[in-house]
Amino acid sequence: MNHTNNLINHPLFLKEGKKVAFTSEVLNKVHSLMERYPADQQKSALLPVLHIAQEEFGGYLSVDVMDYVAALLGIQPIEVYEVATFYSMFYLEKTGTYVIEVCRTGPCAISGGEMIMEHLLEVLKIKPGETTPDGMFTLKEVECLGSCGTGPVMQVNTRYFEHLTPGKVDKILAEMREYANNDKPDDSTWVEKFC
Amino acid sequence: MGGKILLANIDVPGIRGYDVYRSNGGYTSVEKALREMTQAQVTAEVNKSGLRGRGGAGFPTGLKWSFLDRKSDKPRYLVCNADESEPGTFKDRYLMHHLPHRLIEGLIISSFALGVKTCYIYIRGEFKYLVGILEKAIKEAHLHGFLGERILGTDFSLNIYVHPGAGAYICGEETALLESLEGKRGNPRIKPPFPAFKGLYGCPTVVNNVETLAAVGPIISMGGEAYAMIGKGKSTGTKLISACGNIKNPGVYEIEMGLPVEDFIYSPEYCGGIANDKYLKAVIPGGSSVPILPADLILSTAKGEKRLMTYESLADGDFESGTMLGSGGFIVYDEDACIVRNTWNLTRFYRHESCGQCSPCREGTGWMEKVLYRIEHRQGKMSDIDLLVRVAKNIEGNTICPLGDAAAWPVASAIRHFRVEFEEHVLHPAAMLEKERHLKLKY
Ligand SMILES: Cc1cc2nc3c(=O)[nH]c(=O)nc-3n(C[C@H](O)[C@H](O)[C@H](O)COP(=O)(O)O)c2cc1C
Ligand code: SF4
Ligand code: FES
Repeated sequence: MNHTNNLINHPLFLKEGKKVAFTSEVLNKVHSLMERYPADQQKSALLPVLHIAQEEFGGYLSVDVMDYVAALLGIQPIEVYEVATFYSMFYLEKTGTYVIEVCRTGPCAISGGEMIMEHLLEVLKIKPGETTPDGMFTLKEVECLGSCGTGPVMQVNTRYFEHLTPGKVDKILAEMREYANNDKPDDSTWVEKFC
Repeated sequence: MGGKILLANIDVPGIRGYDVYRSNGGYTSVEKALREMTQAQVTAEVNKSGLRGRGGAGFPTGLKWSFLDRKSDKPRYLVCNADESEPGTFKDRYLMHHLPHRLIEGLIISSFALGVKTCYIYIRGEFKYLVGILEKAIKEAHLHGFLGERILGTDFSLNIYVHPGAGAYICGEETALLESLEGKRGNPRIKPPFPAFKGLYGCPTVVNNVETLAAVGPIISMGGEAYAMIGKGKSTGTKLISACGNIKNPGVYEIEMGLPVEDFIYSPEYCGGIANDKYLKAVIPGGSSVPILPADLILSTAKGEKRLMTYESLADGDFESGTMLGSGGFIVYDEDACIVRNTWNLTRFYRHESCGQCSPCREGTGWMEKVLYRIEHRQGKMSDIDLLVRVAKNIEGNTICPLGDAAAWPVASAIRHFRVEFEEHVLHPAAMLEKERHLKLKY
C-alpha cells in the first residue's frame, strides 16, 4: 500500500499548516485493528477507525479527517463520507465537550423520558441538535439505548445515566461543568469518576 | 421452576473474570467438545437440544448451521449479533456485562462445530463500555489456551474480535450487519443468496444472536437431550426476558419456557405486578416489532387457554389475537398508557431507522408517523384510521428486509385491538388532551 503513504503527505492533509494525522501511538493501534480483517478487506476497519478518529480529532469528523482515514485504509474518500453520514454516532460538526443523548423511545417515554428532555431544554436553553454557547454541552434526541428497564436514560459520551429525574440531571450537569473546568476533560477519567 | 442455565452463577462475586468463572465450571464444555467430540457431534447435540434463535425469529439453530456451505473452499465466518437495539430489549447487554466468558465459551464451541477460524462480535456502538469487558475476557481466554493457535493442543485455531457498530438499528438485520462489518452503510441485502452461502466477504457465514451462542456451552455440558427436556414442546430451554414499562421490578429474567404469562407479570420473582398497583392495559411481549395485545388476550388466548411464554403459545391466534415471543423484550403498559401516543412514538422510531432502500418502508413509515402525529395532536380525521391500516398493509411483505413488517405490525395491531381509543382521539380531542395533561402532572 505504497500509494497510501504518499497520499498522507499530500498538502490536502495540511489544514492551517497542521497535518491531520494520528500520533504514532494511535497509528499503532489503528494498524493492529486493521490486522483483524483479511488483507484485501481493510475497509472493514472503517467503523472502528472512524470512532478513534472522532475521539482524536475534537469529537467530530471533518472532511480532512475523513480524507485522512480514507487514505489510511486505501479506499476512496466517498466511501468514508457515505458511511459517516449513515450512522448516528458519527458527528459531522463540532460538538460540545459532553454530548448528551436522551432516549425518546417508547419504554423510556412511558417512564418519564419526555419530562427529562423538557427539563434539559429548559436548563440548557438550546434545542435538540445544538451546542451551548460555552461549548460544554451538545443535546441530542436518540432512539432506544438498550437500557429500557432503567428509564429514563441518557448517554453522555460513553457513559449511561439511568433512572433519571430532573433533580438528578441538574446534579450531573453541575458536576460535569465543574469537572471540565478543573481539569482537562478526558473521557476515560471522567467515566471513572461518574461510575 | 427450573434452575438458571445462562445466568447460573451470576451472583458469584468476580464471575466476570476468568479465574472465578473457570473455578465455577467455566470452559469445561470447551474441553469436552474439543477433546471428546467431532464437529458433527457438536452440531448434532445442538440439533437435539431444539435450541432456536434468540435474536427474534426463533429459527432452529442446528438447522441453520447445517445450511452452511461446507463444500466451498473459502474461509467460513461466525458472526455474533450483539447489535441489540430493538426497543424493550436489553438482555444481551446484561449477559455480556455480567458473564462475558459465557459468550466466549459458546463462540469457541460453535466455531469448532462450524469449522470457523475467525469470529467477529458485532456490538452496537453505544455499548462501547462493553467492548473493554469483552476484549478483556478474550485476552484471558487466549492466555489460558482457549483461543489462538492449536487450542488445547488440537489442530483447531480461533481468533475472536469485537467490532463496534455506530448507531443504526437496521444493522441488527443480519445482512445489513454483514454490510456494516465490511465497512459500508447498513443496507440489507436481497436474499437469496443467504449468508450460509454468501455472507461476510462473500464467504459462507453463520450469524447468531448473543443469547443463542451463549446457550451452546450449557447444551454441550448437559447434552442436547437434557436441554430439550427443559421448556415446553418446541420451545425448549430457557429464555432471557428483559421486562420494562409499568411494572414493579424491571430487569432481565431467565425463565423456563412455558411459564404462564400471568405468573411472569404478577409473581414477585419476576415483574412483581403493575407499578403503583394499577391495572394492566396491554403488553408488547417480544420487542417493539411484535404485535401489542390487550390485557385479556395476553393473559389467555382467544380459545380461553392460559397464554404461556413459548414461541407457540404467544403466536396462538396469529395476527387476529396473537403476537410473538420475538427477542423477549417484554413491555408492559398500565391503565394510563396512551396507545395512540405510544404507537406514534414507535412509528417514529421505525421511520428514523428505515435504511431507505425500499419505497414501501421509507415512504410508508413516514406516512404512518405523520398520520399518527395528526391523530395524537388533535388534528385527526376518522378516515385517518383506515388510512393507517391501508398503509401498514401495503408495507407488509413488500420490502427487502423485515423492518418493513416490524414497522407495520405495531400499527396494525394497535388499531385492531384499540380502535376505540383512536376514534376517541378524533372525536374528543379536548378530553384526550385534558387526560394527558393530568397524567403528566402525576409523573
Ligand atoms: C430490523 C431488524 C433488526 C434486528 N436486530 C437484531 C438484533 O439487534 N440482534 C439480533 O440478534 N438479531 C436481530 N435481528 C435478527 C437477525 O436478522 C438474525 O435473524 C439473528 O441475528 C439471527 O440469530 P439467531 O438465529 O441466533 O436468532 C434483527 C432483524 C431485523 C429485521
Ligand atoms: S424494509 Fe426498510 S430497512 Fe429494510 S431494506 Fe427496505 S427500506 Fe431498508
Ligand atoms: S427505550 Fe430508552 S433505552 Fe430502550
